[in-house]
Amino acid sequence: MIAKHEAVLAALLVAAVLAAAAVSPWLIFILTIATAKGIAVLGILLLLRAGQVSFGHALFVAFSAYTVAFLAPVLNDVALLLPLGALAAMALGLVVGAFVVRYREIFFGMLNLALSMVFYSLLEKLYTITHGTDGIRVSLPRFFGMALERHAYEWAVLVTALVLAVACAVFARIYLASPMGQGLSAIKTREARLEFMGVSARLVLLSAYVISALMAGMAGAIIAMTSRHVTPHLGYWTASGELVFIAILGGAGGVIGPFLGAIAFELVRVYAAASFADAWQLILGTTLLLVIMFARGGLWGLVLKLTGRRA
Amino acid sequence: MADWFADNGLLLGLALLDGLAYAALVFMVAVGLNLVFGVLRILNVAHGSFFAIGGYTAASIGAFVMARGLPEWLALPVLVLAAVVVGGIAGPLIERFILRRIYAEEPVLQLLVTFALFMILEDVQKLIWGVQPVHHDAAMRLLGTVDVPFGHDSIPFTAYQLYVLPGVALFTLVGLAWFLRRTLTGRVIVAVTTDREAATAMGIDAKKVFLLTFTFGAALAALGGALSSPTAALVPGVGAGTMVLSFAVVATAGLGQIEGAAIAALMIGLGRSIAVYFLPEAEVLVPYIIMVGVLLVRPNGLFGVVETRRI
Repeated sequence: MIAKHEAVLAALLVAAVLAAAAVSPWLIFILTIATAKGIAVLGILLLLRAGQVSFGHALFVAFSAYTVAFLAPVLNDVALLLPLGALAAMALGLVVGAFVVRYREIFFGMLNLALSMVFYSLLEKLYTITHGTDGIRVSLPRFFGMALERHAYEWAVLVTALVLAVACAVFARIYLASPMGQGLSAIKTREARLEFMGVSARLVLLSAYVISALMAGMAGAIIAMTSRHVTPHLGYWTASGELVFIAILGGAGGVIGPFLGAIAFELVRVYAAASFADAWQLILGTTLLLVIMFARGGLWGLVLKLTGRRA
Repeated sequence: MADWFADNGLLLGLALLDGLAYAALVFMVAVGLNLVFGVLRILNVAHGSFFAIGGYTAASIGAFVMARGLPEWLALPVLVLAAVVVGGIAGPLIERFILRRIYAEEPVLQLLVTFALFMILEDVQKLIWGVQPVHHDAAMRLLGTVDVPFGHDSIPFTAYQLYVLPGVALFTLVGLAWFLRRTLTGRVIVAVTTDREAATAMGIDAKKVFLLTFTFGAALAALGGALSSPTAALVPGVGAGTMVLSFAVVATAGLGQIEGAAIAALMIGLGRSIAVYFLPEAEVLVPYIIMVGVLLVRPNGLFGVVETRRI
């Protein structure tokens, strides 16, 4: 029943995004970025299911974005750049994951943070390769062999992002319902019992970690191809914090929450930054506090409440 | 080897002196973070913000004292005054109205609440002190420079960085160890750290201990910031950087360790400043490399104790 409900809401959300983009074209950029971040947050959600919070997933976003930026001059097509960026992030996720899944809770969160900061500093310091804080520009790629003009290209990337978002959301649903996904909840409640049953908690967490890195990688590739300018800031620890923020804002219950959260977050950010240049973090931080203290279910929880259902 | 020393000996000496001063500052912040974590079991992501606000406040009060034409020697007590003001105001407010509501929550949510606080405080700094670098070095100029003998040569170094910074850090270390082990209040804090439930059952008011510890930790971070303000300009983002660095120190030492934090701060401080002089690209990497290296061998940090696993 919930699944049906969710499918209808997801279809409505996709339709709303497309309609908004058609009505005011300047929203295309914001909505594409929001959809991309939503995909990354979906990955964060998998880890949250195990009670673990990563303060370093911007590492995978940035890694994929820079992969795209470096490959763009040679392989200038979305059809190649997007999967390569995402797979590169996934491979990195396997390496980093093998190390961090040995830790839990605060150590897990902060080790992720520290490793992402290592990559951030490399991006910033290795000026000859990465151009430091100036970042790298990405030229307009082709789209499956077609050379589109700018407006059509932006539409194409938005639709690609939405297709990926739906695919990832469906996958996350199936994954969480599978024994592997159920193992994640077990890590949160009583990890030792999982081990007593002969299931390796580390392997369960590693699988979720690699998937979350892949999702963050997709997000990073889309962001790089949308903003067409990558800077080290993509990988700063506060960018990772934003992803966790969006997860809580959206509500950790359903797979639609991350996308609701990401759209709300990006819109608030754009408007707040335009009206109060030095106070947008203040506004976002206060929102986060209020959500945690008074609306624990996040936006998704509010939707459920309004439609008369319980999470 | 002898040739290398002839060429680089002075540079190495300078790196050691610099590293010692830097380690002293890092220790002040890290020990506060560690103390707060030990007692409240919350890793305060906003801890670096107290450092930044302490620094800014010290610079403002210092500038005020100068403008009024008050005696120059006041530049030094002003640093302590700034720490007392920041810790005394921000500490109780945040503990009483925000943290007290979330002690029973999951660690993930606690981490996020402090992340929200971090975002808010980050903008509060920008709103009060602007985004231009703030610098006030009256305290450092007041004490002048000393020639430190080094082999056949000598290195001119500021007396402030040579005596005041390591002196205050050493005083904090010894004072804190004495306070925690020899005074009643200190032993009450240790009791709550070791076993909150048993301590409460013995009639200890845990709320009071939490308030006291958090205020004290915030004041230590603010003192670190105030002490650093004469040596380097304050810019937006200094809080974020400090936070990550002090976590690296705490993780290397092991959560809840005080003397350990001093040793880890020395390792990281010296490592970083040696990198500054001999391998500038690696400057930001060194703290994390040390941390990851230590954690690979000792997952609970150098001096950390393995906690009993709850089943």
